[in-house]
Amino acid sequence: MFADYSTSELMSIFAMQGFAGLILFSVFVLMALGLAIIFGQMGVINMAHGEFMILGAYITYMTSNVFADYMPALFGSYFFVAMILAFIAAGALGMLVEWAMIRHLYHRPLDTLLATWGLSLILQQLYRTIFGAREVGVSLPDWLMGSIQLTDIVEVPINGIFVMTLAIGISIAIAALMYKSRWGIQVRSVVQNRPMAGAVGINTAKVDRLTFGLGCGIAGVAGSAFTMIGSTGPTSGQLYIVDTFLVVVFGGATSLLGTIASAFTISQAQSTMEFFLSGSMAKVLTLLFVVFILMLRPQGLFSLKMRK
Amino acid sequence: MSASNTDFVLAVEGLTVSFDGFKAVNDLSFYVDKDEIRVIVGPNGAGKTTVLDLICGRTKSTEGSIKFRNKELTKMKEHQIVRAGVGRKFQTPSIYGDLTVFENLEISFPRGRSVFGALAFKRDAEVLNRVSEVADMIFLSDLLESRADLLSHGQKQWLEIGMLLIQDPELLMLDEPVAGMSVSERRQTAELLRRITKDRSVIVIEHDMQFVAEIADKVTVLHQGKILAEGSAEEVKADPKVIEVYLGH
Amino acid sequence: MSYDGLRSLLPKNDLLGFAVLALLLVVVLPLSLDIFRLNLVGKYLTYAFVALGLVLCWGYGGILSLGQGVFFGLGGYAMAMFLKLEASSPENTAIQSTPGIPDFMDWNQITELPWFWEPFNSLIFTVLAIVIIPSIFAYIIGVAMFKRRVGGVYFAIITQAVAAILTILIIGQQGYTGGVNGITDLRTLKGWDIRTDEAKYAFYFLCVFMLFVCLFIAQYVRKSKLGRLLVAMREMEDRVRFSGYDVSNFKIFVFCLGSAFAAIGGAMFTLQVGFMSPTFVGIVPSIEMVIFCAVGGRLSILGAVYGTLVVNWAKTTFSESFPELWLFAMGALFIAVVMAFPNGLAGLYNKYAAHHVEKLLGKKKGQSPDAKATVGTQGVAHERQ
Repeated sequence: MFADYSTSELMSIFAMQGFAGLILFSVFVLMALGLAIIFGQMGVINMAHGEFMILGAYITYMTSNVFADYMPALFGSYFFVAMILAFIAAGALGMLVEWAMIRHLYHRPLDTLLATWGLSLILQQLYRTIFGAREVGVSLPDWLMGSIQLTDIVEVPINGIFVMTLAIGISIAIAALMYKSRWGIQVRSVVQNRPMAGAVGINTAKVDRLTFGLGCGIAGVAGSAFTMIGSTGPTSGQLYIVDTFLVVVFGGATSLLGTIASAFTISQAQSTMEFFLSGSMAKVLTLLFVVFILMLRPQGLFSLKMRK
Repeated sequence: MSASNTDFVLAVEGLTVSFDGFKAVNDLSFYVDKDEIRVIVGPNGAGKTTVLDLICGRTKSTEGSIKFRNKELTKMKEHQIVRAGVGRKFQTPSIYGDLTVFENLEISFPRGRSVFGALAFKRDAEVLNRVSEVADMIFLSDLLESRADLLSHGQKQWLEIGMLLIQDPELLMLDEPVAGMSVSERRQTAELLRRITKDRSVIVIEHDMQFVAEIADKVTVLHQGKILAEGSAEEVKADPKVIEVYLGH
Repeated sequence: MSYDGLRSLLPKNDLLGFAVLALLLVVVLPLSLDIFRLNLVGKYLTYAFVALGLVLCWGYGGILSLGQGVFFGLGGYAMAMFLKLEASSPENTAIQSTPGIPDFMDWNQITELPWFWEPFNSLIFTVLAIVIIPSIFAYIIGVAMFKRRVGGVYFAIITQAVAAILTILIIGQQGYTGGVNGITDLRTLKGWDIRTDEAKYAFYFLCVFMLFVCLFIAQYVRKSKLGRLLVAMREMEDRVRFSGYDVSNFKIFVFCLGSAFAAIGGAMFTLQVGFMSPTFVGIVPSIEMVIFCAVGGRLSILGAVYGTLVVNWAKTTFSESFPELWLFAMGALFIAVVMAFPNGLAGLYNKYAAHHVEKLLGKKKGQSPDAKATVGTQGVAHERQ
C-alpha cells in the first residue's frame, strides 16, 4: 500500500497523521487523566465521565456566547474564563455525585458502574432538553485560527497546537499535585491503606470527595478543550468513554505516566492506520490490538506489582 | 537438586521468595515427617503465613523446592496441590456465609470437582454419612441446616477445619486455629486437633506457647524469613536466640 | 427423570413460580393481546434470554459482562443470514447485476457470495451455529480472562470493548454484513412465509418454549452443586480454590452458558421481528440488558423474565407518550436498582408477598413450605476485586 507514494510524500503523510494523532492524543490524555485519578486511585468506575466532559464543553459554549454578546472586546480571552468555569462546574457536580451516590458504593465496583451509567443517561437527556439534540460549536478567537506551514505539504493547525499545550500543562500540574503536594500524599495514602490513613488523622471521606471532584473537574477542562477542535452534542461524551477506559486500563490504571504513554500509543496507532484504512477498520484494529494486549497482560503496560 | 529423603511427607529446600527485593522467606529448609505435628512460631512479619502460602501455591516462590511425597509443588496450580493431598486453613475463618453448614461441608467433599462433575453431583448416602460424621467431630451436628454466617467466630473456625477434614488431606496446614476463641472453645479445639491429627501430618502456626507445648511434636522458630531454631517445645523455649528475639524487642 | 429428581429440581415454591409464568405466557397473554402486541411481548422475551444468562453469570458467578449484545447479535445474525440467503434466490434477485446474492452485497459491488456465508445455506448448520459459534467465542474470551484471574470491572470493560469492536466492524463492512441497516427484508423459512400472523403466533410459542428450556437448564444449574459453588466462589473464591476446584473453569462455563442463552434469544428475535441490525449488538443495548436482569433481581431466574417484560413494557409506554422522559426514567432505574433495591423485583416479592403466598399454600396442602427453596433469598454479596 506504500507503493503509490514517494518517500518524501510518505514522510509528510506520517508527519501529518502523526500530528492528527497528537491532537487525538491530547483529548485522550485530558479525558483519561481525570479517569485515571478516579479509577486508578479510587477504584471507582465512572461511566458518566464523558458527560462531565460534555458539561465542560457546554459551559465553554455558553461562556463564548456571553462574551460575544456582552464583551466582544474581550472575546479573545473567553476560553480561559470558560476553562475555569468548566473546572468548577464539573468539579462541583462531581462532588455532589460522590456525596449522593458513589460513597455508598465503594465496595461494589460493578454496581458503581451501573449507577454511573444511569447518571450518564440522565445527564444526556438533561443536555438534550436544555441545549437541544443538535451539536453546537463555539467560534474560535482569531488567534486560534489558521495554521502554521512547516513544509510545502505539512501544515499544522494552531488550535491543535493549543490543545496539545494545554494537555501537557495539565498533565504536569496533576503530576505535581499527586506526587509533590501534601494533598497528593493524602490521596495516595488513603488509596493504599484506608484505615491507617484514617487513624493518622486524614479525613478519608473528604479526601475521597475532593479526589472525585478533581477527576470530574479535569474532565470538564477536557470538554472545554474539546470545543476547540470539534462540536458538542448530548451524546458526544459516550463516544469516548470506552476508548478512554481502555486507555486507562491499557496504561496500567494506577500509573499516570502509564496513562499518558498508553494514550500516545493508542492515538498514534489509530491515526496512522486511519490514513491507509477506512476510519472504522483503523478503530477496529486499534481496539483489537488493545484488547489482545490486555488479554496477554491484564495488569496493563505499566503497573506496579499489585497486592492481592 | 539435592537428594530428598523419601520418608518425609514434606521437604522444603532452599525456599526463597522476594517481593520487590524484600526477601520475606530466605533460603528456608525444613522437613516434616509422617504423622508429625509441626508448629511454626515467630514474631509478626517472620514469614510464617508466607511459608504456608508458598506450600499451597497461593504465592509463587522465587527459588527453591517444595516436595510433597516426592512431588514438586512449586510448579503446580492451587487446586492440583489440594488434590494431591494438602489442605489449608486460613487465618480468618473462610467459609461460605450464604450457604448452610451442610452445604459448606458438602462442597468440600472431594468428588465432582470438574465442571461436569459438579453438574452431575448427587447427594448420596456416602456424602450424607461423611458430612454427618465430620459435623459430629466439629461440634456442629445440630447446626447443619443453619446459614454459616450465623455461626459464632469459634464455630466458623471449626467449620473451616471440618471442611478440610472432609477432604481427608495427608498434610493439613492450620493458620492460627485458636485465635480469637474463648477459653472453652480453645479447650475444645485443642482436643479436636489431637483427634484429627492422627494419621496425618500437620503444620500449625500459633502464638500461644502454652497451646504450642500442648500439641507440638516439633517447633520451628522463624525470624525474618529464616529459621532461628528448631526442636521440641522445651528446647526451643530455652534457646537464648529465641528468648532474645521474643523478649529483646 | 424420577419423581424425586423432579421434586429436588423444582421444589414447591419454584414449581408454583414456573407454573404461574407458563400460565401467563402460554394462556393469558395470547388470549388477551392482539397479534401485534403479542409479537411485541415475544420480542421482549428474546431479551429475557440474555437477562437469564446474566443471572447465572453476574448474579451467581459475579461476572458482569457488558457485552452480551455481542452474543445476542451473533445468534441473531446467524439466523438472519440463513433467512436472507433463502430470500435471495436467483429468481427473487433477478434484477441485480449478480443475481442470487443478498441485495446489500450487490449494492456494494460484491459479485460472489463470501465464503463464510456459504454454510448458512443449510438450516441444520445455522441452528448449530446459533449456539456453537457464540459459545466458542465466549470460551475464548473466558479462557483468556479467567485463567489469568481477570474479573470484576476489568472484565466488564473488556467485554464492552468487544461489543464496540463488533458494532464498528458490522457497520464498517457493509458489503458483508448489511452495514448499519442490518440484514433486512427476510421473507420465508423453508418456503413458509414468516410475515403472516400465523407465523408470528408460531414463533411466539417457539420463543416461549425455548425460554422455558433455558429456564429449566438454568434451574438445573442453580440447584446442582455447581450453583452452590458459584455462590461460594462469589463469597470466598480462595476457599473454593483451596478445596481443590479450578475456579476459572466454572466461570468459563457460566459465561459460555449465558452467551449461548443470549444467542438463542438473538435468533428468536430475528424470527419474530424479521430483521437483525447492529443496534442490538453495541454498548448501549448490552448494558440495557443488564438492567433487565437487575430489575428482575440478579439472583432470580424467573425475575429475569419479569424484569425484562416490565422494563420493556415501561419503555414502550413511555416512549409512546413522553419520549423525552424515558431516558430520565431509565437513568433513575439504573441508580435505584443499585442503591435502593439491589435484589430487584424478586427481592421485593420475597420481602412483601412471599409469606402471604406461602400461607395460602400451607393452608391448602397442610404442610410447611420448603424454606430453602425461595428464589433469590441470598442477599447480594459484596463484590471484591
